[in-house]
Amino acid sequence: MRAHTREKWIQTAFFACAVLSIFTTVGIVAVLIFETVTFFSEVSLVDFLTDREWTPLFADKHFGILPLLSGTLLVTLISMLVALPCGLLTSLYLSEYAPEAVRKIIKPLLEVLAGIPTVVYGYFALLFVTPLLQNIIPIHLAGFNSLSPGIVMGMMILPLVTSLSEDAMRAVPMSLREAGFALGSNRLQVSFKVVIPAAFSGISASFILAVSRAIGETMIVAIAAGQQPRLTMNPLVPVETMTAYIVQVSLGDTPAGTLEYKTIFVVGMALFVSTLVLNVLSHRLRKRFREVYR
Amino acid sequence: MKVRRAASWIQIWKELIFQAVCLLILMASLIALVALLADVYADGFSRLSWDFVTGFPSRFPHRAGILPALLGTIYIMLLTVLLAFPVGVGAAIYFEEYASVEHTRFSQLVEINIANLAAVPSIIYGLLGLAIFVRMLSLGQSLLAGALTLALLVLPVIIIASREALRAVPASLREASFALGATRWQTIRRQVLPLAFPGILTGTILALSRAIGETAPLITIGALTYVAFIPEGLFSPFTVLPIQIFNWISRPQAEFHANAAAAIGVLLPLLFLMNGGAIWLRNRFQKRLR
Repeated sequence: MRAHTREKWIQTAFFACAVLSIFTTVGIVAVLIFETVTFFSEVSLVDFLTDREWTPLFADKHFGILPLLSGTLLVTLISMLVALPCGLLTSLYLSEYAPEAVRKIIKPLLEVLAGIPTVVYGYFALLFVTPLLQNIIPIHLAGFNSLSPGIVMGMMILPLVTSLSEDAMRAVPMSLREAGFALGSNRLQVSFKVVIPAAFSGISASFILAVSRAIGETMIVAIAAGQQPRLTMNPLVPVETMTAYIVQVSLGDTPAGTLEYKTIFVVGMALFVSTLVLNVLSHRLRKRFREVYR
Repeated sequence: MKVRRAASWIQIWKELIFQAVCLLILMASLIALVALLADVYADGFSRLSWDFVTGFPSRFPHRAGILPALLGTIYIMLLTVLLAFPVGVGAAIYFEEYASVEHTRFSQLVEINIANLAAVPSIIYGLLGLAIFVRMLSLGQSLLAGALTLALLVLPVIIIASREALRAVPASLREASFALGATRWQTIRRQVLPLAFPGILTGTILALSRAIGETAPLITIGALTYVAFIPEGLFSPFTVLPIQIFNWISRPQAEFHANAAAAIGVLLPLLFLMNGGAIWLRNRFQKRLR
């Protein structure tokens, strides 16, 4: 009997550990909602969504999220232009072409690339890539811009896309490829007309996760993209992303409870919602490709 | 006949070009990695010295050192692992050893929740830490608040890795133990955990090697960027290496940039050491299970 109650207690303790993860989510959502609601009692939602200026730290305050949103989207777009095509091709190469020996060298190196802290990538973007691009590009490139952090971020996300897409491609049954070969296709045709369509949901899941990662990425943009919220699609001028804004406010001492303090939670809310939607979508897609080829 | 042959030549060329493009991209990403490391060490090598590692930050770049940041990083990592490891492994044990038996709808919900938590941007954890630990529990911008924040951040990663390690233990071992009359907890403690432990450890080290480079959440909770003293207790203000690096990068003078590079030159080997250790453990573990 005593052994039995002991077992029950132990199980309850483990259960408590498991529930703690729920509390994290509840905590995040509660904190964000609380500050967001009090923020919108002072600023109208319409202004927030339509005002073309974001100047909460100035005397003339404007609370339009559009400039931060455009900055985030611009950097994300540039990084995806690097990470998605490169990631797709490298994963295709690794899964369909590369000999085992090459894979064994490349995969750990990609893991190293993925493990480097983002602050180091930020250093690289600001002090190596930007000066390099300034020498190459004939038009004036500002010291802070979205092009160079975008490229470097693409480099950082590449391993994620590669490894997830490669997993999806390897899950495609050999028989499908063999059918393609039997019909007289070569490897390239099989890769593009059999493997990619068959692994499509897994590949798109990796793409979506990559976008979500780019939106939430902080240090590279905080260091190399600047701190000037501006509604532009020009990659050569300084911009500010949502994450960089949170860093900017956190570095100063903004007293709790003020409107400026609340803005970081509102921006955090926008960030959380957009990444959550993408993550859930990606999770669903990945589950689907697992179900198809089991 | 001729036409067909021409077509097949085109196909062969396409194949070759495609492979060349793929290899080029791979080479480019590896060259970028080399360029990054070379750039950092070229910029920072002249500053790397014992004085730099044991020195305090200073207004004068050539006198500045990283001791408070380095110790801050070590302390906060130790605290984080103390907080996150037991809870993470406990949760994993619940999911693998208890919930899989009961298989409730609730445990499925928790599972989706953890997968999502692992993908939440780290800066959001900073906002959570700021509101809950720094303000509500009024821990201030202390080591403890930072460690709690990072612990929540690495928790999902530890849980996922530990679950995988537990799943790798063959069910027959558990059944044998039950057949001999052992209770569930006895089975877990004496059979399952010892076998799964290296895997759990590997996952934990990898999770920590991610946390050691985290900057954004700690900046968000308000960790200081200039600390000229060694943190002396749980409630002491602190800074960490990545924040010190960030601080030096954001200054206009090139001398401080060299300091940032040198600090990266200390941080990266630390990180590679952790990663290398984790991989070594994983390889050993795999051999033993076979």
